[in-house]
Amino acid sequence: MVIENTDISSIAADTTGNFTFPERNKYDSGFGITEQTVDYICDVKGDPDWIREFRKKALKIFQDKPMPTHWATKDLENIKFDEFRYYLSDGQKPKRSWDDVPEDVKKTFDRLGIPEQERKFLAGVEAQYDSEAAYSNIKAAVSEQGVIFVNSTEGLHKHPEIFRKWFGKVIPTGDNKFSALNSAVFSGGSFIYVPPGVKVKHPLQAYFRINSEQFGQFERTLIIADEGSEIMYMEGCTAPKFETATLHSAVVELVAMKGAKIQYVTVQNWSSNVFNLVTKRGIAHEDAVVKWIDCNIGSRLTMKYPGVVMKGKRARGEVISIALANSGQHQDTGAKMVHAADDTTSNVISKSISVGEGRATYRGLVHIPKHLKGCKNNTECDALLINPNSRTDTYPAISVRGNQHATQHEASVSQVSADQIFYLMQRGLSEGEAMSLSVNGFINDLAKEFPMEYSVELKRLIDLEMEGSVG
Amino acid sequence: MSLAIKNLHAGLPDREILKGLSLEINPGEVHAIMGPNGSGKSTLSKVMAGHEDYAVTAGTVELDGVNLLDLSVDARARAGLFLAFQYPHEIPGVSNANFLRAAKKSRLPEGEEIDAIKFYKEMYARMDALEMDRSFTSRSVNEGFSGGEKKRNEILQLMMLEPKYAVLDETDSGLDIDALKIVARGVNAMRSPDRGFLLITHYQRLLNYIQPDFVHVLMDGKIVHSGGRELALELEAKGYDWLKEEELAAA
Repeated sequence: MVIENTDISSIAADTTGNFTFPERNKYDSGFGITEQTVDYICDVKGDPDWIREFRKKALKIFQDKPMPTHWATKDLENIKFDEFRYYLSDGQKPKRSWDDVPEDVKKTFDRLGIPEQERKFLAGVEAQYDSEAAYSNIKAAVSEQGVIFVNSTEGLHKHPEIFRKWFGKVIPTGDNKFSALNSAVFSGGSFIYVPPGVKVKHPLQAYFRINSEQFGQFERTLIIADEGSEIMYMEGCTAPKFETATLHSAVVELVAMKGAKIQYVTVQNWSSNVFNLVTKRGIAHEDAVVKWIDCNIGSRLTMKYPGVVMKGKRARGEVISIALANSGQHQDTGAKMVHAADDTTSNVISKSISVGEGRATYRGLVHIPKHLKGCKNNTECDALLINPNSRTDTYPAISVRGNQHATQHEASVSQVSADQIFYLMQRGLSEGEAMSLSVNGFINDLAKEFPMEYSVELKRLIDLEMEGSVG
Repeated sequence: MSLAIKNLHAGLPDREILKGLSLEINPGEVHAIMGPNGSGKSTLSKVMAGHEDYAVTAGTVELDGVNLLDLSVDARARAGLFLAFQYPHEIPGVSNANFLRAAKKSRLPEGEEIDAIKFYKEMYARMDALEMDRSFTSRSVNEGFSGGEKKRNEILQLMMLEPKYAVLDETDSGLDIDALKIVARGVNAMRSPDRGFLLITHYQRLLNYIQPDFVHVLMDGKIVHSGGRELALELEAKGYDWLKEEELAAA
């Protein structure tokens, strides 16, 4: 195949994820975003009227809202919305097996190691390539338990009762400019429903890649865990390098019903020209747990504040976050913990590493209102600065009212001590190896929270980023 | 083939500490350096290892003919120099096992991997010899270790890395008799015709357990006197004053 030959010659080093394939898109909504764009997307997808209206309302809100540069970085002004394509697909429905998938799409995911993982460990894989799910396969065991795991389009078409009940309820369209954008042009992402009492043993996983120049990804994920159920969902993504900027503006909504538990794991490795602006939030009902386990490496700018609204008594919210910012990168991450019932607890542990001229920002919101009793929050944010121009900022926004709560906030900023590097080097490690080992030691406690193959991948990613940071 | 220090002048930016130190250690030999406080003992080990705080103004340190002073800290280590630190550093979040594996791997050619089973077998055997509990493998390097545990950890690394020349910087400080015996056992087990040792120590006591072939006295940045092991006993009995008088007389 012609594509195959040219592809091989243009494939760059495996480990950085910086390789591309020629585009082959059957549906292309053109540049820029207008009401026509929204109509086009609805027509192609066969969306019902209520979604068409939902999208159009969202478009207006997106257009009316200003960029939040009064508190966020001015780099946002470099996003040129007219220069992106908002919908691209090769017009093919999700596949059942790898043999049916187009060659170049398969290659991309082969390189990312999906088939092996699928065989070994995971219950099902949804893979997204340029907006549409290219591959979907739910193993018998998971669907037998009544678990629904499809892409968002299939979710809203085939399961409207469950879908409509929660869609847009955890994150309202007008929450921020980018949740509004996503609500207007969303495509892809997962819809998952876990029936009461079902504990899904194997993590469900999704992959997506941006592969077209000047293209944004707007996946929308909605996970509903019914009473007493448990699920872990994993997402990891890489994107190839381009000269012009790329936009990723996802929305993830989680709903944990009474006694349910949702863990959402992300290892993100966007290339350094991507704007990654994500809104993620979970509602935890009585005795439920929502836990975000997040690792952000790469991208030009990431803004992501996983949140939990603890709506029922004894609900629990957790955010475990690792961020690494290299030169030309800004990781602006944190958490939002909103207590809305008695005896709820929230825990935030954030570790950031700034390398070269990289900048890591922590923004943490903790809100406990006066009428509640017995709420607890624990926040720990530790920053590691590697080079003289590395930067970190912390903006905690803690609002606790009432006198029957316990709140704890601890923050540290440190460097890897020269003596520590000397000790490691005296054992034969190069300066780069010594620094990598020290940095991995810094995040080790948090890395252990990730499922094993992810903690391996994220350590490898950190080593890659640390290369060239010293000497 | 030897570790040869020739006329070494080194110190801090504002102060010379080593003032023309010369010493040669042949493989198979154990040398001990003793001396009063401030004589430059710790400086010597740091300068040999390449600590960036110290500047060398003259002299050479040749390991089997290669001047270590031209090499980076890690290149010196890979050339065969090992320093057992007086104050070993903690490495939070890095397990002892991973640390040792990384150190061993750094000496292998590019792309070669450590044989995991062999590695663990060897590590456990060495830890048993040093009476270190197996739980130490998963603990962070030196974190929360007692003084004695830290020193034993240094000797464990020595045993695993099998250097050509080992400099032990006041390894006996802070050790009780039992710990001292264990450490000495480990060092003695590593004595071989292919390996040279330099023990830097304050007290003669260590030398009862690790018998040196040569004893040197470091004073005011120079070796002022050398002898066999009886010299250590003489110093223990008489202190350093008689040497100071000798030095003054010689000047």
